[in-house]
Amino acid sequence: MIDFIARRLVSIVPVLAVVAIFVFLMLRLTPGDPAAVIAGDNATSDQIADIRAKLGLDLPIWQQFAIWIGDMLHGNFGESFFFKKTVASLIAQRIEPTLALAICTLILAVVIAVPLGVIAAYRHGTAVDRIVMGFSVLGFSVPVFVIGYCLIYVFAIYLGWLPVQGYTRIGVDFGGFLEHMILPSVSLAVIYIALIARITRASVLEVLNEDYIRTARAKGLSNRVVLMRHALRNAAVPILTVIGIGVALLIGGAVVTESVYGLPGLGRLTVEAVLSRDFPTIQAVILMFSVVYVLINLLIDIAYTLFDPRIRY
Amino acid sequence: MFDFRRSAAALIAAAGVAGLFGMPAAEAQTLKAVMHSDVKILDPIWTTAYIQRNFGYMVWDTLFAMDEKFQVKPQMVDKWEVSPDKLTWTFTLRDGLVWSDGKPVTSEDCIASIKRWGAKDSMGQKMMASVAGFEAVDAKTFKMKMKEPYGLVLESLGKPSSNVPFMMPKKTAETPPNQQIKVEDVIGSGPFIFKADEWKPGDKVVFLKNTKYKPRPEPASGLAGGKVVKVDRVEWISMPDVQTQVAALENGEIDMIEAPGVDLLPLLAKDKNIKLFNGNPLGNQYAFRFNTLFKPFDNPKIRHAVMVAFGQEEFLKATIGDPKYYKVCKAPFVCGTPLGSDEGMADVLNQNAAKAKELLKEAGYDGTPVVLMQSTDLAVLTNLAPVAKAQMEAAGLKVEMQSMDWQTLVGRRAKKDPPDKGGWNAFLTSWVAADILNPVMAGFFNASCDKAMFGWPCDAEIEKLRDAFSKETDPVKQKAIAMALQKRWVEAPTHINVGQWYQPSALRSNIDGMLVAPVPVFWNISKK
Repeated sequence: MIDFIARRLVSIVPVLAVVAIFVFLMLRLTPGDPAAVIAGDNATSDQIADIRAKLGLDLPIWQQFAIWIGDMLHGNFGESFFFKKTVASLIAQRIEPTLALAICTLILAVVIAVPLGVIAAYRHGTAVDRIVMGFSVLGFSVPVFVIGYCLIYVFAIYLGWLPVQGYTRIGVDFGGFLEHMILPSVSLAVIYIALIARITRASVLEVLNEDYIRTARAKGLSNRVVLMRHALRNAAVPILTVIGIGVALLIGGAVVTESVYGLPGLGRLTVEAVLSRDFPTIQAVILMFSVVYVLINLLIDIAYTLFDPRIRY
Repeated sequence: MFDFRRSAAALIAAAGVAGLFGMPAAEAQTLKAVMHSDVKILDPIWTTAYIQRNFGYMVWDTLFAMDEKFQVKPQMVDKWEVSPDKLTWTFTLRDGLVWSDGKPVTSEDCIASIKRWGAKDSMGQKMMASVAGFEAVDAKTFKMKMKEPYGLVLESLGKPSSNVPFMMPKKTAETPPNQQIKVEDVIGSGPFIFKADEWKPGDKVVFLKNTKYKPRPEPASGLAGGKVVKVDRVEWISMPDVQTQVAALENGEIDMIEAPGVDLLPLLAKDKNIKLFNGNPLGNQYAFRFNTLFKPFDNPKIRHAVMVAFGQEEFLKATIGDPKYYKVCKAPFVCGTPLGSDEGMADVLNQNAAKAKELLKEAGYDGTPVVLMQSTDLAVLTNLAPVAKAQMEAAGLKVEMQSMDWQTLVGRRAKKDPPDKGGWNAFLTSWVAADILNPVMAGFFNASCDKAMFGWPCDAEIEKLRDAFSKETDPVKQKAIAMALQKRWVEAPTHINVGQWYQPSALRSNIDGMLVAPVPVFWNISKK
């Protein structure tokens, strides 16, 4: 197992190298000039050229890449073109809302989707199954921002129960934190619930037709025990896989959700950085998302062994 | 009818979790505003971006400022005089001016600040070309000696928009103009203090009332007069989504949206808790900019033909829609200002396609396509380019419209490459009226070839007249020069103004005292 983890950790290096080269080249090939953005609308060409030189954007691309990689290897993610703050400090400042949103969404999604999927499988072909699957299709089809606006209208403007936007740090006011997290988490969880519920249903349904389930039932075990101990546990591997794959969905969804709910997280930082062509910030955030994605999938792989003793690394 | 809101509130109260689900607590002395953009850079001299200019007005003060009637009034200056030969200007600062760190504002600070601004700003550069030197007479008095009389000294020092000559401590002002000042150097003598420790880029910027600030005794007017702060704290909240901004304002979570989307104005106008306020009655001006380096717009006669082909109403209807928020105005220096006039423009901007066709034929237009850049992500600009395309095509020009986001356009417009190799022929943008009140201030009139703004027009006559305007000290003669320049500009346009429009702010109805000024300022505002 330790060998496996070590090998997987080492395999992150080429993944990151490919991502780094790809992101760097994409940004340089994309139209748009950060110096022109920084200089403002009234700037002359000379002012723009001065800023470009100041940022090192007048250097050949290979040289810019070498400087960036060199800095990265020394643990220096660079400085934002705009904020004159290190990218590391910007990320540190913005990571809490995104982390909170991801965790709340994940908890909400798993707590709701897995039971829904199990129930749909157990009630296969009934109205309950059709309702759950109908919701699942709806969850996939409606964009996150539409769900967000609808929830804002109902729960913030019409009912006045929850705030429209903003974020309160968990350490400052836990009540305020929850207040600000409910709508964004629910909005983002919808698509995730749809995905997990669908896979859970399919996996459990497949397991329910296995001989050992029939045997378990023949032994006189209750439906609850059959479902939870025998069916769900054996159906867990595909469910875990989809949770891991869904992290990418979560990252993409966080970008939209944070914009709709005014959460000052990494998603919004990414959007702002892309719109203003803040190369060092975009590069660092995308690399960080890649590391998170790879690590989460490693954790999922490790978790397989807990649910399926046949899996050994 | 069952009242969901009341019933829910009762249930929550009964459950004892009001703190969890309650409405946000009112903060009587905190004003929360969503500005048109997030503050990313803190140096208003380093960039010309409007949000940094607005930031500057919070933290720093100016020697002079423009009032509501476009008159330049002393602000930090107590008294000033100019020698009879108009070669020496003497300025004396007001008593009691201090930086937010408690140190007094001195002549040396002001001299260093003028030098830094003068090295960066186009109007400042023009003034500094006539400046022989500075002399600090004492801690509060300094002299500016000129090589030759210069007619725009007060207009330059009281320039209302980017780059504004803000006064900074000498140590800060000695930062090279092409280098940003540091966060810790944001020390001003303005009405607010920037709370650096609470600044979260992309989230919020916090300002506290500067208790050491000594406002002038006159009532506030435009950017001049007494800057009396009536709230304890101002927060600029970053909220990129326009729908969310409106929802947050409706919900009372914020007090003000500086620039709500024009399509959302009817919705906001219907809400009894919200009022719309146009703090900038001069508004903004749309402009069509030519790239004069390449065919077909290297030919001034073709540029003139486009001016004949264009009509403003269609541009304004397509982008703004409601006539309450736009004005057809031919005057390039903005209707309602001292130089605002449509003299010499009777035959242009009438959407006369037939006449434009004739002019194009006379000018020898050979069918070279016009690469027109369209910005697609800013609602107030998106629909301009299709109108320009239609009106140019009606006159017989071939137009290739290329769509892109604004930042791509901003990057591309700085390129001098030929249009078929990643360059461009034309694009549309918008100016705040306060930036274009005279031909020296208005960047698009700069026709000094390589030194001009993107588009790089080269017109010796326009430059001669701009120079004469800047050196003329008699306002009547200045106006005559401006009109002569306008006449030349109609013959050989550097750009075309395609209409004036207005951007009201949306405020909660309990907010009072917002000033009529070309820049949204936060002094004088109270919250009931």
